[in-house]
Amino acid sequence: MSSDIRFTDFKSDAQPTWCPGCGDFGTMNGMMKALANTGNDPDNTFVVAGIGCSGKIGTYMHSYALHGVHGRALPVGTGVKMANPNLEVMVAGGDGDGYSIGAGHFVHAVRRNVDMTYIVMDNRIYGLTKGQFSPTSREDFETSTSPEGTKQQPVNPLALALSAGGTFIAQSFSSDSQRHTEIVQQAIEHDGFGFVNVYSPCVTFNDVDTYDYFRDTIVDLDETDHDPTDYDDAKEKILDADKEYQGVIYQDESSVGFEEREGLSESMADIPDGAPEDAMDLVREFY
Amino acid sequence: MPDDLNWAIGGEAGDGIDSTGKIFAQALSRAGRHVFTSKDFASRIRGGYTAYKVRTSVDRVESVVDRLDILIALTERTVEENMDELHDDSVIIYDGERTMMKDFEAPGEMTGLDVPLKRLAEEAGGAIVRNIVALGAACEVADFPIENLDESLEKRFGDKGSAIVDTNKQAARLGQDYVADEYGLDTGYELETTDSDYVLLNGDEAIGMGAIAAGCRFYSGYPITPATDVMEYLTGRIDQYGGKVVQAEDELSAINMALGAARAGARSMTATSGPGIDLMTETFGLIAQTETPLVICDVMRSGPSTGMPTKQEQGDLNMTLYGGHGEIPRFVVAPTTVAECFHKTIEAFNLAEKYQTPVYLVSDLAMAVTEQTYEPEQFDMDAVEIERGRVVDEDGIEEWTNEKGQFTPHAATDDGVSPRTFPGVEGGAHMTTGLEHDGLGRRTEDEQVRVEQVDKRNRKVETAREREDWSPREFGDPDSDNLVISWGSNEGAMLEALDFLEEEGVDVRFLSCPYIFPRENLAEDIREADEVIVVECNATGQWADVLEHDALERVKRINKYTGVRFKADELAERVKEELAGEPAEVEAE
Ligand SMILES: Cc1ncc(C[n+]2csc(CCOP(=O)(O)OP(=O)(O)O)c2C)c(N)n1
Ligand code: SF4
Repeated sequence: MSSDIRFTDFKSDAQPTWCPGCGDFGTMNGMMKALANTGNDPDNTFVVAGIGCSGKIGTYMHSYALHGVHGRALPVGTGVKMANPNLEVMVAGGDGDGYSIGAGHFVHAVRRNVDMTYIVMDNRIYGLTKGQFSPTSREDFETSTSPEGTKQQPVNPLALALSAGGTFIAQSFSSDSQRHTEIVQQAIEHDGFGFVNVYSPCVTFNDVDTYDYFRDTIVDLDETDHDPTDYDDAKEKILDADKEYQGVIYQDESSVGFEEREGLSESMADIPDGAPEDAMDLVREFY
Repeated sequence: MPDDLNWAIGGEAGDGIDSTGKIFAQALSRAGRHVFTSKDFASRIRGGYTAYKVRTSVDRVESVVDRLDILIALTERTVEENMDELHDDSVIIYDGERTMMKDFEAPGEMTGLDVPLKRLAEEAGGAIVRNIVALGAACEVADFPIENLDESLEKRFGDKGSAIVDTNKQAARLGQDYVADEYGLDTGYELETTDSDYVLLNGDEAIGMGAIAAGCRFYSGYPITPATDVMEYLTGRIDQYGGKVVQAEDELSAINMALGAARAGARSMTATSGPGIDLMTETFGLIAQTETPLVICDVMRSGPSTGMPTKQEQGDLNMTLYGGHGEIPRFVVAPTTVAECFHKTIEAFNLAEKYQTPVYLVSDLAMAVTEQTYEPEQFDMDAVEIERGRVVDEDGIEEWTNEKGQFTPHAATDDGVSPRTFPGVEGGAHMTTGLEHDGLGRRTEDEQVRVEQVDKRNRKVETAREREDWSPREFGDPDSDNLVISWGSNEGAMLEALDFLEEEGVDVRFLSCPYIFPRENLAEDIREADEVIVVECNATGQWADVLEHDALERVKRINKYTGVRFKADELAERVKEELAGEPAEVEAE
């Protein structure tokens, strides 16, 4: 890692096609700053992205990156980190990508606790497919596929993470650049699965969960006496349906990443030119 | 009496059938005899009929046949299930003191040996060694030196201490003595031993061993019959080489983890069976589009849907060949024997990395549950060559960097193979995506770039077609006008069928195909033969369709989709019928 890395080094020269004003711009800038601040460089960073407006993020960043299929970014990130624990792995996607089609993988990634950072750009809508309700959309939210309002309850991703044994659960707001960056940075530094749900407003299809709405309602946990290492405290905040919080909600400081518990530390990329020296032993086992 | 003996033990699932069968098979193998095993089992853990069959000979055995000489029957159902393979000289060993066997009488001319298995086991030290008493009895019937069993028992129970091993040895002797004393029969069998040292393994184990030999470091999978043995084999063993097995939450995750590991530079693999392949198909396209080397093993079973999970079929050929939306360049390799499972796995890894393309390694249940003896030299580790293809490190990266200093991971080269860097390589950072992209990996909908990239990916297949050897394995009479073609695991049964046919004066040329795609064009062979028969374990003849397509000629078909693999004698009979122009009937068992 070189120390003269600046956050702009994580920027690719591809022009974002996000709508002007989209919350994803702020989310991405914070991610790039956090990566640079934690001493990473593009050549040792691997970004895995899902599908959706949010998933385009890998294209606009510069690093080793994979833009996969809808909902399956977390398993890809797991494979990358297991195969080379020396890489900084960041997985990013939307609320539809992560909590709908990818919900199963989300719960399992949380409980596996691989040392990577998962950023969900939660705009409470499907952006790329042009405005259908998402799993975090509020009940009775009217969209093109719910003209009379959704009759489905929203999921609470933080509660899902906590109940699955999450070791780092946080929430941020993309337009609060400084706090967002700090929180992502803490997620990167966490040894284990660092999960950040980022309020990342969609200015085109969601006129309820807007910048103004979040600005007016968000409570920053740093301005309260919240103790993120206190499980009960975290549980209470997470289950408080009426509030939108920003900050690290829960952190288990004794967390150890899955790849470390599995005893992995080296890259699996280096292999000999032929079979391992003692490979005939494998054959002899069958005598 | 020929030196070719067919032996089986059958009872209810949970009766320890598998481990007893395996102990016997290992004893035979260690005594320098060839062995070929097969299993009948149902999809349940307790209850339900299950049997382990062993065919053994001093000569190589490649297949099961329609004959059962010695049967250890723990239940009456075992006899019923095998009625069509039993014959007048068959010997049935059973325990008449067992309530469920007390009224049993050996059918027809067969010899029934009533051996108090449980009582003798208790005498030896515990009812649990009942099956070993039966093995001892079988050794006496077959005139197989019981000392050979001892080593096998040591291997199996050595960890549990010498007392347990001794109890087992004692149990075997009590069984042997009982038959000698009570019946003193002379069946005429004499299972010779030889000095040969064989190893005994099944197709899944051979795939696992091939993967380690080939430098596979990452395996992720989700348990499914009959692919699970691959994962179980690798678990623990792969760690010694710095690798890891991860049990994923489902096949979607398994293949995506494997993809991630491959992107990070590891030789990576996943294995599953039909239903899992369905789930993986979405990501299969992503792998091809991102030009990621990955080996995906499909150990086929009877479908569709959950079909018959514990039964044999070769029904997935079309899916591996055509599955996935859009057009996907791929390799499909189908090992033809247990030993080939090892060799083709190594080849699959090399193909995947040399051409940066997903490789389907297609095996099946018959191979996965069959244990077969081989000379250890068949698995020559010194001969293993690992070819990683166009991997670029720091020194070579400039050649692949554009004027703006950007690495071009999807450069359109003449041979279709692009440069590849592993994360961590300085200057190699790049994006790759399942969206159509340009040479830099950037999303594009530009018509010209689209065509360039599609052509480039397809060109890899053309390059491989030219550079690699895709020929089938050839057997039988090269000059015969009768041509039989099969793919995958039918090779063994057909090889033995050739012997049967030869005895009856029928000559056949046999091509066994391990390559589904790319493949050698057999059009000329097909046109030159008078009769062409395609043998496969499915109902519609998927391989026959492919060959007809290649040759623009109709071919005859022998299909079997009962859930049971071909037997050599049955296959010989059906080839004869086809050659004689009689319509083939599908056998229902
Ligand atoms: C298997 C599959 N199903 C459906 C789609 C279509 N699709 C693309 S993006 C998307 C929703 C994305 O929503 P979200 O994750 O919330 O991201 P956003 O666009 O809002 O950032 C869907 C359904 C797809 N690409 N793949
Ligand atoms: S549609 Fe919404 S989420 Fe997508 S780019 Fe536009 S503002 Fe952002």
